Formats: sequence, structure tokens, C-alpha cells
Amino acid sequence: MPLSYLPKVISRPAILIFLALSLGACATYQDPATRTDGINDPYERQNRSIHGFNKGLDKHFVRPVSQGYAAVVPPEIRQTVNNFSENLSMPGVALNSLLQGDLRGVGLASLRFVMNSTIGLAGIVDAASEFNIPEHTTDFGETLAVWGVGEGAYIELPAYGPSTQRDTVGLVTDILTNPLTIATLKSSPERYIPPAAKGVAVLNDRDRYKSTIDSVLYESADSYAQSRSIYLQNRRFELEGGSTSDTTDYIDPYQQ
Amino acid sequence: MPFKLHRRGFVFASLATAGMLASPVLAMTEAGARALVDKVVADINGVIASGKSDAAILNDFEGLFARYADVDIMAQYALGNDGRTASAAQKRAFTDAFKTYIARKYSKRFRDFIGGRVEVVSARPIRSGYEIKTTVYLRGQSPYEVAFHVSDRSGRDKFFNIYIEGVNLLLTERTEIGAMLDQRGGNLNEVISDLKSIG
Repeated sequence: MPLSYLPKVISRPAILIFLALSLGACATYQDPATRTDGINDPYERQNRSIHGFNKGLDKHFVRPVSQGYAAVVPPEIRQTVNNFSENLSMPGVALNSLLQGDLRGVGLASLRFVMNSTIGLAGIVDAASEFNIPEHTTDFGETLAVWGVGEGAYIELPAYGPSTQRDTVGLVTDILTNPLTIATLKSSPERYIPPAAKGVAVLNDRDRYKSTIDSVLYESADSYAQSRSIYLQNRRFELEGGSTSDTTDYIDPYQQ
Repeated sequence: MPFKLHRRGFVFASLATAGMLASPVLAMTEAGARALVDKVVADINGVIASGKSDAAILNDFEGLFARYADVDIMAQYALGNDGRTASAAQKRAFTDAFKTYIARKYSKRFRDFIGGRVEVVSARPIRSGYEIKTTVYLRGQSPYEVAFHVSDRSGRDKFFNIYIEGVNLLLTERTEIGAMLDQRGGNLNEVISDLKSIG
């Protein structure tokens, strides 16, 4: 996801409070295709003010911290944190693949988790990729899409960034049902490991995609409209199976 | 629209139109489209491997963009409906300013390819030409898909849109130009003069 804008610092309290407030209003049945511009954004005013907050958070916290992290920690070490965090997400990916009836996905996620947790030294080495086992990722938002739930309205979440109603429900469900978090719920310190690792991995991604993210957030004429457009294009592409091959709704500027 | 077409009628009508337009005009072949993307990829890799200074590399990329992209149609699409009220002189000025802006902006993105490689994966026909899919392999990153949409409608084989993981240039730039116009109260002349200094 090189172009999506990713200040995805997991801030559980913020997300949960936001959800408690907004779940009641979640209508997930609107068909985006019925709208001419393909964007369903009835909450634009609220979204724009959250976007302003997120931009401030990035400018004053995420961006500088990510630069400091990248300056101090060598890339190889930073990569091990990303590997570790990604490995911790694999049980959830396997579960969602199962819910989607995607047995290949279940197999890939399970195999990667077993290999990387053992010969990958608890996940810090991506051993599975060395053996050419393809990466696989999914989430409950995709599961909902497979089940036929509509995209819903566009929402920008505090600290997390662009999302939709469907993806917001998916995100919260993924957090609450993370097999690793549930398994360690009682022994409190360990359950903070997955979100902490994720937070550090996000800092690495923020630095790696620095020029692209900066150009969207700080160089575009309307960073809200641009991140909304880019998020929706990229997310719909992912949900179509990460391939444009069968779509017929590509742009043909010669016939307008 | 003076009359309303049923969906089936519309499909027939568009198929008929597409057939009429496509068969005689489409002299472009899949091999030609692939060759174009192969050349673009080879030239990008060549510039990266040249070991020149950053400024020189950026300059070379801008040249590649001008040579291989149908920037006229990109500018026209990016301006969208706002172009209807523009005078012919304004449209020309906009297209010129857009050329510099777009080349500079996307040349910066090409720089991300340094140390990586691009492979052509597949081709399929689309209405005005061909879609050529490539996979970009960068160090320490999962490979991702970049699709080039190529046409000869400009008179030469050129690409008119790029999709990076589903995010396409034409739509992104229409959003950008639309936002710039909004911020300047719809004043196209201001947009034209500002385009020259950003990107």
C-alpha cells in the first residue's frame, strides 16, 4: 500500500469512544455505485475536522518521531519489528480467511505463522518469504464485504485515518476478537505487545513512504479530498482481489 | 439527454459504437503496447542506473514523461467540466502548465524505483487500447501492481493513465485540479500560473 496514508497509530481508547458514539448511526447498506462520483461522504464536515486533528497529530508527533526512529535505529532492526508485528496478525488473518471461505488464505496465514514463529525466531525473521510462501493479509472489513455488506459512508477516524463505516466495524471487531489478545487477556502485560509492535511498525512505514505521504498530506491542494479519493480507490482495488483485470469501469478519457 | 435508454438498449448502443470506433481506428497491437511499456521500463531503469545527480535524474524523468505520456488528454481530463467554460487560449495555457507540473510530480515518484525493478506481467485490450500490467519489486517491500493504460489515439502509442495499486493518475489529478480551482474561486488563470511553480 505505497500510496495510502497511514498514520495508523493504534489508539484503542480513542477508537472505542468514537465507536460507542457512532455505531448507532452506522448504516452499511448504501450502494456507492449509485452515486455519480463514487464517493459517499455525508459526514464531510465532521470528517474534515477530524482530518485537521490527524494532520496536526502527524505533523507534531508521528512524522517527527518516525524520523527520529529511522535516524537512530538501523533499517534491518526496524524490519524485524515489522516482521514481528505482521506475524502477530496472522491468527486473525487465518480466522478472517476462514470466515470468507478462502481456504488458500487460511493455509497461507497458518503456514506463515507456524514457520515464522519457530524458525523465524518468534516472528522477527520472515522465514516464510525466504521459502517463497506468498504474503497474505485480510481483515474483518473484507469479510463483511465478502458477506455482501455495503461500503457505507466514508469516515475519517481519529488517529487511525481514512476508513468507511464497514471498515470501521471491521477494525473494531478485529481488535476485540484478536486471538492473541483474547488468549492473553488475563495476564495483562502481554496483551499490549501486539498493539505496541503495531505502533512501532507504523512509525517505520511512515518513514519509508515519507515522500508519498508528505505529498498527499502537505503538498496537495486539498489533503482531505485527496486522501479520501486515494483511500477509497486503493481499498476497493484490494477488495476486488488486488487486480484490475476484470473491471470495466476504468477511465476512458478519449470517449467523453 | 433527450430520451432515456434502457440498460439493455444502452449496452447495445455502446457496443455498436465501440465496434465502429474500435475496429478501423485501433491500429495498435498488443505487441505494440507491450513494447511501449517495455521501453518505458527500460528507460526508467537506464536513468536510475546512470548514476547522475538527483537533479539530472529528475530532469531525465521529465523528458521520459513528455515522450511516452499523452499529456494533452491527461490535462483535458484533469480539467474536467471546468474546461467547458475555458477559452481555447486558456485551455492551451493550462495544458502547457499541466505538462510541467505532472512530469515534475510523477518523476519524483519514479525515484522510489531506485534499486528496484519493474516486470511486465500481462496485457488485455481495453476500449481505447491496451492495459499493460507490471509488477514493481522494491528492496525490502512486498511487490505491488502498476498498470499502464496505453492508446494510439494521440497519433502515437502513448500511455494515458497509470494505476498504482488501484489508485489512478487521472482521477487523482482531477481531484487535485478541482480543489485548486475551488480554492481560487474558480479562477483558471490563477491555477495556470500556480501550476508552474508547484509539483
